[in-house]
Amino acid sequence: MTSLHKRPSGEWVKSERQLDRERRRRRQGVRSGSVAAASTILFVVLVALAVTSSPGWPRVRETFFDWERFSAAFPDVLGGFWLNIQIFLVAEVVILVLGLLVALARGLRSPLFFPLRMLATAYTDVFRGIPTILLVYLVGFGLPALELQGVPSSPAVLGGLALVLSYGAYVAEVFRSGIESIHPSQRAAARSLGLSQAQALRFVILPQAVRRVVPPLLNDFASLQKDTALVAVLGPLEALRQAQIHQAETFNYTPYLAAAVLFIALTVPMARFTDHLAARAERRRAPGGAP
Amino acid sequence: MTGPATEPTAEPATAPLLRVEGVWKNYHGHHVLRGVDLEVAPHEVVCLIGASGSGKSTLLRCLNLLETVDDGAVWLDGREITDPAADPDEVRKRIGMVFQSYNLFPHMTVLDNITLAPVRVHRRSRREAVARARALLERFGLADKADAYPDRLSGGQQQRVAIVRAMACEPSVLLLDEVTSALDPELVTEVMGVIRELKQAGMTMVMATHEMGFARDIADTVCFLENGVLLERGPAEQIFTEPREPRTRAFLQRVLESGRL
Ligand SMILES: Nc1ncnc2c1ncn2[C@@H]1O[C@H](COP(=O)(O)OP(=O)(O)OP(=O)(O)O)[C@@H](O)[C@H]1O
Ligand SMILES: [Mg+2]
Repeated sequence: MTSLHKRPSGEWVKSERQLDRERRRRRQGVRSGSVAAASTILFVVLVALAVTSSPGWPRVRETFFDWERFSAAFPDVLGGFWLNIQIFLVAEVVILVLGLLVALARGLRSPLFFPLRMLATAYTDVFRGIPTILLVYLVGFGLPALELQGVPSSPAVLGGLALVLSYGAYVAEVFRSGIESIHPSQRAAARSLGLSQAQALRFVILPQAVRRVVPPLLNDFASLQKDTALVAVLGPLEALRQAQIHQAETFNYTPYLAAAVLFIALTVPMARFTDHLAARAERRRAPGGAP
Repeated sequence: MTGPATEPTAEPATAPLLRVEGVWKNYHGHHVLRGVDLEVAPHEVVCLIGASGSGKSTLLRCLNLLETVDDGAVWLDGREITDPAADPDEVRKRIGMVFQSYNLFPHMTVLDNITLAPVRVHRRSRREAVARARALLERFGLADKADAYPDRLSGGQQQRVAIVRAMACEPSVLLLDEVTSALDPELVTEVMGVIRELKQAGMTMVMATHEMGFARDIADTVCFLENGVLLERGPAEQIFTEPREPRTRAFLQRVLESGRL
């Protein structure tokens, strides 16, 4: 049978058996696709029927899914959401730098740096212990109350600062665990080549550690992105605050839904991206994976 | 290779390149090295043999200051390197080390692994370092692996890359810690070939090994360690044929029975 397909050059021509196998596999693929589609449609229809036919549904729709109020509030909420994104982007960069510096400070061995190490440890312990909302109040209302020179007065900046303090402590711990997860033999190999402590860290330990902590960092950033809404308590016109204003005018909760939709629109792609990175890292760890 | 290409001599006629005197090391009160003395002449190949846990790795790690000794001293080229004022980084620039588990940097290509220290530590230009690295890879049959990542190489290839990486720094002494014990038997020979070639080029080496046949073949001097004591030291032939110490004889007998000689 194979001899029929073998050319003198030894070039591979798929056998009838293989072609048939592939045809059958394709057919199976189409079949499972249609089964999945049919069961999903059926499920959605049933749930929709159950919800809309329930006695409370008209009230729920009126309070949360009022299309008119949604379109009325959406432009303002979207405008406010831009401020959330700005706070998020700026805070994220500062948090990364702060977190890395604190993690490095905690790893310093020289007795000269003992105070710095103590400070870094105290910082992570304290700021990981305080609820973020409490920090927002402390920084947002407490700092201006001091009436010191040079303290920013913008609520968005103060709120951002509170987020930086809180998340910086978390991110520092993520970096530190990444650094500690690198096997000591890597450091020994680097030092035995004559690299100094700092060079070993910079060229050998950190590049490996950073690669390892990207997925957990992205997780932290997904939640940072949501927590920008906590700044609302200080009064800047971000998404939640705008939704609140619209809600207060009409006692209808649909504007909150508009804000929620915007936050979801940003976190879902981020979550999928994190999954994608984690899956890729997993494939790489597997034997024969790409480097 | 490094230094003048003089004939390798078994007799340490010149001043020792490496001198170890009364070195003690303990971990949590457990004495792993108990006053070890050792001299290594230029171009000499010294093999450390002894049972598992006898302190071979610890001695090697003390030699390039990955461990600090608890007593005694080590001299390299007449300068005490265990002096607290000595700069460990300077010492390690001159002493290469290869580990049992290769310890290549997984995030770098083979070429970057090899050129890292020459560029960052020895301040070579990148071009020069790359040229030298490629020449070394060529010499050890790894030319086509320059751009591969370590996890794509076989164990034998990884270990040869690790040796090339250490050699790229042109060390005065190379320390090898059981560089073949993590390898499948058919890969052991290719790594041994590399070490043999280094010996022919006049490299000074101190090597811990369980491969008695190889030690007998390549070593000028063999040292038998037991419980942190350097019990016996002599020319390879003498140690393997007529060891003076009864305990050396007993050790070699055990190895012989387990079929490793
Ligand atoms: N970092 C350490 N902390 C505590 N004990 C250690 C440490 N390193 C080595 N030891 C102990 O020192 C002793 C000697 O270890 P060493 O690795 O030098 O032996 P070895 O001769 O190289 O053995 P092997 O042939 O198995 O490699 C062992 O008992 C080991 O448990
Ligand atoms: Mg050992």
